[in-house]
Amino acid sequence: MSDVVERTLSVLPGLLGQHDLGVGLRGSGGPGRVSVTSRLGSLIRSITALTSKHEEEKLIQQELTSLKATVSAPTTTLKLMKECMVRLIYCEMLGYESSFGYIHAIKLAQQGNLLEKRVGYLAVSLFLHENHELLLLLVNTVVKDLQSTNLVEVCMALTIVSQIFPREMIPAVLPLIEDKLQHSKEIIRRKAVQALYKFYLIAPNQVQHIHDKFRKALCDRDAGVMAASLHIYLQMIKESSSGYKDLTGSFVTILKQVVGGKLPIDFNYHSVPAPWLQIQLLRILGLLGKDDPRTSELMYDVLDESLRRAEINHNITYAILFECVQTIYTIYPKSELLEKAAKCIGKFVLSPKINLKYLGLKALTYVIQQDPNLALQHQMTIIECLDHPDPIIKRETLELLYRITNGQNVIVIVQKMLDYLKESKEEYAIINLAGKIAELAEKYAPDNEWFIQTMNAVFSVGGDVVHPDIPNNFLRLLAEGFDDGKEDDQLRIYAVQSYLALLKEEDALYPQKFLQVMSWVLGEYSNLVTDVDPEVILTKLHSLLKKTFVTSETKVWIMAAVSKIASHVSSSMTVDKLIQEFSNSLDTCMRQYAFELKHLCEDKALMKNLLPFDASCNDIVVDASLSFLDGFVAEGLGCGAAPYKPHHQRQQEKLSQEKALNFEPYGLSFASSVSSSGVTGRQSPAGLSFGSDMSGNSAETGHKETNTLKLEGVCKLWGKEGYLPKKESKAGKEDEPQTVSCGSLLAGQMGDPPVSQSDQVASLSEEDKEKQQLASTLFIGLGSSASVSLMGKADTATQKFKRKSKINATQSSEEMSDFQNSAASDFGPLLDTVPINMEEGSLNTKLRRASLCSSDIVEDNTAFETPQSLKTSGLDDGLSDSRMSQSSLFDSNIEIFQPSVSAHCESASKIPLVLCLPEELEELPHSEVVELCQSDALALYLCKVWTDDSLLLTVFVSNKTTSAFNAVNVVFEETEHFQVLESPTYQFPVIEAKSVKLCQKYVLMDTFCTMGNLSGSVSYQSEMETHLEFSITLSLLDFIRPMKMTTEDFGKLWLSLSNDVKQNIKMSSSEDSFSAALNALQQKLKLHIVDIIGNEGILACQLLPSVPCLLHCRTHSGMLALWFRSPCSALPDGLLYQCQKVMEKS
Amino acid sequence: MIKAILIFNNHGKPRLSKFYQRYSEDTQQQIIRETFHLVSKRDENVCNFLEGGLLIGGSDNKLIYRHYATLYFVFCVDSSESELGILDLIQVFVETLDKCFENVCELDLIFHVDKVHNILAEMVMGGMVLETNMNEIVTQIDAQNKLEKSEGWVLFGVFCLSSLYTQAGLAGAPARAVSAVKNMNLPEIPRNINIGDISIKVPNLPSFK
Repeated sequence: MSDVVERTLSVLPGLLGQHDLGVGLRGSGGPGRVSVTSRLGSLIRSITALTSKHEEEKLIQQELTSLKATVSAPTTTLKLMKECMVRLIYCEMLGYESSFGYIHAIKLAQQGNLLEKRVGYLAVSLFLHENHELLLLLVNTVVKDLQSTNLVEVCMALTIVSQIFPREMIPAVLPLIEDKLQHSKEIIRRKAVQALYKFYLIAPNQVQHIHDKFRKALCDRDAGVMAASLHIYLQMIKESSSGYKDLTGSFVTILKQVVGGKLPIDFNYHSVPAPWLQIQLLRILGLLGKDDPRTSELMYDVLDESLRRAEINHNITYAILFECVQTIYTIYPKSELLEKAAKCIGKFVLSPKINLKYLGLKALTYVIQQDPNLALQHQMTIIECLDHPDPIIKRETLELLYRITNGQNVIVIVQKMLDYLKESKEEYAIINLAGKIAELAEKYAPDNEWFIQTMNAVFSVGGDVVHPDIPNNFLRLLAEGFDDGKEDDQLRIYAVQSYLALLKEEDALYPQKFLQVMSWVLGEYSNLVTDVDPEVILTKLHSLLKKTFVTSETKVWIMAAVSKIASHVSSSMTVDKLIQEFSNSLDTCMRQYAFELKHLCEDKALMKNLLPFDASCNDIVVDASLSFLDGFVAEGLGCGAAPYKPHHQRQQEKLSQEKALNFEPYGLSFASSVSSSGVTGRQSPAGLSFGSDMSGNSAETGHKETNTLKLEGVCKLWGKEGYLPKKESKAGKEDEPQTVSCGSLLAGQMGDPPVSQSDQVASLSEEDKEKQQLASTLFIGLGSSASVSLMGKADTATQKFKRKSKINATQSSEEMSDFQNSAASDFGPLLDTVPINMEEGSLNTKLRRASLCSSDIVEDNTAFETPQSLKTSGLDDGLSDSRMSQSSLFDSNIEIFQPSVSAHCESASKIPLVLCLPEELEELPHSEVVELCQSDALALYLCKVWTDDSLLLTVFVSNKTTSAFNAVNVVFEETEHFQVLESPTYQFPVIEAKSVKLCQKYVLMDTFCTMGNLSGSVSYQSEMETHLEFSITLSLLDFIRPMKMTTEDFGKLWLSLSNDVKQNIKMSSSEDSFSAALNALQQKLKLHIVDIIGNEGILACQLLPSVPCLLHCRTHSGMLALWFRSPCSALPDGLLYQCQKVMEKS
Repeated sequence: MIKAILIFNNHGKPRLSKFYQRYSEDTQQQIIRETFHLVSKRDENVCNFLEGGLLIGGSDNKLIYRHYATLYFVFCVDSSESELGILDLIQVFVETLDKCFENVCELDLIFHVDKVHNILAEMVMGGMVLETNMNEIVTQIDAQNKLEKSEGWVLFGVFCLSSLYTQAGLAGAPARAVSAVKNMNLPEIPRNINIGDISIKVPNLPSFK
C-alpha cells in the first residue's frame, strides 16, 4: 500500500498545505490522500458537533461558499474537483442547493480520467433531472464514451443514459446503443438493453423500429441480458398484452428451464435458481394469461412445477410462491391449481412470520371476489389479525374486510374501521380509511340513525384532512334525497337533531369541515324540526361565530346558515344582535354578510324569494349570453361607445399594429382554472349583429348551462312537463317487489353459516367464543359462491342510499314520459312489452338502459338521434336482440319508426307503408323516420338527411285512404332562424290511393339558435279542403358538419378566431376514456378529429354553410377541459352545451 | 419500478438518497423526513412493509425497509415490484456492501458515498433491478477498484473511522487509531454529542447476515 501512496504523493504535491484541516491525520497513509478525505471528514465531523439545524445551515453555507470559490478557480485540478464533487453530493443529500457546481460536474465527466469521470457522471445523475437544460452539454461526452474502447467508459456512459437522458437527444445515441446489443461482453449488452428500456419509457415511438432487437435480447445466450429484456416486455405487455401472446411459449420455456435448475449455479440465491427472474416471468405470464383460456392453458404445467419446487423454507421462495398464487388467480382459472394456490395462501396466512402474514392477507384480499370461501376458512386468523399489534397488518385486514362488506356485516366492519381510525395518526391512513367508511356507510347503511352517527364519527375523527368529496357527497345525499320523500325528511330531521345535540356541549372542539356540514344542514333543514325554537339554533350558531377556533371560512358557512334560518322566522333577537355585532367586525367578509343580512331582514319577501326552502338542488337558470344586457349595449353603442373586444383580440390587434413578429405559439395547453373567462369574452363585434336575435331568443339561450356555475350532478326537478320526481317514484315502485324477494331469499341463505359455527364453538374458551361470535357477524353473507352471487344482487337492491345520479333521476322520468307519448299515439303493443321488461329488469339492465337512453334534458328532443350510418355497434354491443329493440326505442324521445331495414324492431310492422329513402340518400347519414302528424286520411313522416352542405328534410306524405288526393300542398312557414331553400312550398299534383310521395327541402340555419321549430302545414283536397299542421324541431346539431383540416391550418385558424369559451367537464371514468370521449364527440356531434397528441386533442366542425368552430380539449385528472373558438359568438356556447350532454351520457 | 432508495440512520440523518423518479429538491427532503418518521416509529417485530406516505404516494406505492444496527435501508417501490423480492434485494445490497467494504458500517457509507452509489448502480439501473448476483456485482466493483488502484487511490476509511471512534468517546477503539488521533487538533466535543450520528459498528453485526 505504501508504494501506492508514494506514487500518489508524487502526483499531488500541490494539494499539500492548501488546506490545513487534514494535516493532523497522518500515519502510514500519504498526506495528500488524507487531506482529500478528511476535508469531507472534517465537514462531517463539524456537522456532527452541531446542536441545531440553524448552525448546520450556517456551516454548510460556509462550506458551499468555499466550494464555490474552489470549483470556479481556474487553478483547481480535476483531482481536487473530484473531491469537491463528493462534498457537493454530500451537501445536496442534506438538502442544500449547490447549483453552481452542476456545470463543473458535467465538465468533470467530460474531461476527467476514468476515476474523475465516474464521479462526474455520478454527480450529474444525482444533481440533474431529465429536463435540466445543462444535460444537453453531456450528450457529446456520452457519445464519445459510448465509442470508447475502454469497457468501463462504455459502461459508465450506458449507466448515465439509463438514469437520465434528454428525450430529444435520443436519436444521437440510439444507433450507438443498438450496436452495443451485439457487444461481446454481456455486461455491456445488458446495460444497453436497460438503456433501451429507459428510452422505451420516455419515448416509446423512437424505439419502435427495434422491437425485433428486443426479441433478440430475449433469446440472448446470457441469462442476465435476457432478464434485462424482461423489464421491457413486462412494460409492453402491461400496456397491451394482445400483441405478445405469441411469446407465451418462450416465457414458459424460460421459466421451465429456470425452475428446473438449468441456469449456472451463479444465479442461485440461497439455492433458489434466479428468484427475481422467476418473479418477473410469473408476472408476465399472469398478464398474458388474463382472461385468455388458450394462453393460460400453456402455463398451467409450469405454474404447477413452480409451486412444487418452491418448497425450501426461505423468504425468497415465499416471494415466488406469492407470485405464483397471484398469477394463478389472475389467469383463466384451473380448479386443480386454484386448490393448490389456496393451500399456499393458507401457508402465508397462518405463518408466524409477520411479513408472510401480511402477504397472505394481501393475497386473500386479491382473491376474495373469486373465492369468498377462502376468507371463511381463515376467518379466525383474520379476526386475530384485527387485534394485531402491527398497525399495517390491521390496516391490511380492514382492507380485506372492506372488500367483503355487505348489508349484514356493515355495522361490525365499520365499527372496526372507526376504531382503527381513532387510533391512527398518519394523515395518509386517515384520509384513506375515512373515505372507505363513508363509502360503505352510504352504500349499506341499515338505518338513518346509524348512517348519521357513522358520518358524524368520520367527520369528527377524520378532522380536516378528509377528502373534500366526503362532506360534499354527504350533503348532496341529504339534499337530493332518495325515492321516498318521507324517508328524506326523517333523515334530515335526524341529522338536525344529532347536530343540535352535538352543539349542546359547550366546550367541544369540532373540525372545521364538520362544523361546515353542521351549519349547512341546520340552515337548510332545521325548520323541519318543529319542536325546537329557531331562536335556540340561532343562539348556538351565534355562539359558534364568536369562538376563536372557528376559521373565517367556517364563519361564512355559519353566517349563511343564519341567513337561511332568519328567512323563516319573522324576527329574531339573535339575528339583530348578530347584525349589530358584525357590522363593526374587522373581518370585511363578515361585515359584508352582516350588512347583507340586515338589508334582507328589512325586506322579508325578497329574503324568502332569495332563500327558498329545500331548493339547493334546483337548477338555476342562467342566461349565459347575458342577453338581458343587449339593450344596454345597444344604448352604449348608440352613444358612440367602442364595441367590446375580448382581451386576447385586443392584444392581437395591438400586436398587429406594432407590426411585430407574432411569436405566440399555438397554445396547446392552457390554465385549466380559467373557466370563467368565456363569459366576459362573449360579445365580439362580429357577434353584435346577432345582438337583436339574441334578445329575441333569450328564452332559448336561457336554458344553456353556464360556464361559471357547475351544474353537473345537480338534480333536475323541473322539466317542461312539470315536476319530475313524481313520475319517477312510480318507476321506483316497480322495482320494489324484486327487492323484497331478494331480501327474503337472502335471509334464508344467511341462516346457515352461523349455526354450523356455533356447533363447533361449544368447547372453546370464553375469549374464543367472543372471537367466534365476531367472526360470525363479520363473515355473514359469505357462504357458498352461489349465495355470493345472490348477495351481489341483493346488495345493490337493498342499498339504502342509492345515489341518484342526474342521469338516473331524470332518465326514468323520461321513460315514463316516453310511455305516455307512445300511449298517446297508436302504439298499443309497445306499451305491453315495455312494462314486462321493467319487471324482469334487474338493476343491471336498467343501468344499461340508462346509459343508452338518450338525453336527460327533456327539452332536447331531437339532438341525438343517432344517424343510421353512424350508429356504431359499440352502443348496442352486448345487448341481446330483444333488449336491443327496447333500447333503441328509448334512443330518442320521439316515437321512432325503425326504417324497414331493421327487422328486429317490433314497431316496424306498425308503419303502415314502407317508407324508403331514395337510394342516393340512403347512404348519407340520416335520422330515423318519425311521424310528423296524421289524420284519418293522411300521414306525414319525416326523415332528416344530413348532407355535406345542408340539412335535407325528406317528408313522406302518405295517403292512407283508398281514394287519390289532388293538389297536396306542403308549406313551410318562414321563421327567423331557418331558411328553406328554393321555395317554402311544395306541391304534389296528385297522390294516389295507398301510396307515399316524397317532398324534399334543403334547410339552412339563417341565424344562430340551439334549437328551433320549423312549422308548416299540409293541405289537400279530397271531398273538401283539409288542413293539417306540423312542426319540425331542428337542433343546432342538424347543421353541424365535420370540418377536415390539417393541424397547421387549425393552428392558423385558431389564432384568427376571437370568440372563445372554456369549460371543464367531468369525465365519467378516468382511464383511457379520453379517446372514447373524443370518439363520442366525433360521432354524436359530428366533429372532425384533427389530431390527438397525448392527452390533448383538437377537433373542428362547421356550422353550415361555413362558420367554423374549433375545439381544443385536454384531459387532466378526470376532467376534460374544452376550449372552443369560433367567429360566431354563440356557436361555442351551443356546442359546449351539446358536449356536456354527450359527456354526461357517456 | 423502484422510485427511490433511501438510507438514513436511527436519527434520520440521510446517508444515501437516490431517486429514480423526478421530485423537486424540497420534495426529496420531505420524502426523506416523512419516510424516516414512518419507519422509525415501527417496532422491531412488525412487518417490513409500509404503505407509502403522502408524498411518495398513493396506494400504489410501498415502502419496504430493513433495519440494520444503526441504519435504515428503505426502498420505495410501486406495485410492479414483489415485496419479498425487494426485501431480499436489500439483503443482497447490504451483503454486497459488506463484501466491498469488509465489514461495512455507517462510516463507510458516509465517507464513500460515491462508492456506495457505484455499487448501487450495478444493482439497480434507472429504477429497475439489473443484477442480483452478489459475486457478479463484486467482480464489477473490483474491476473498477483495480482501476482506482492503478491511479493511486487508496481507501482511507480506517483513519477517519479511528479518529471518529475516539471522538465519539467510545472505549475499546483500536490503539493504533488512538495514537493517530492524539496529535490531532480536535474540536471541543460538546456534552450532548449526537453519538448516533456517527454511530459505531459493533464487530460482526449479528443482524447483517
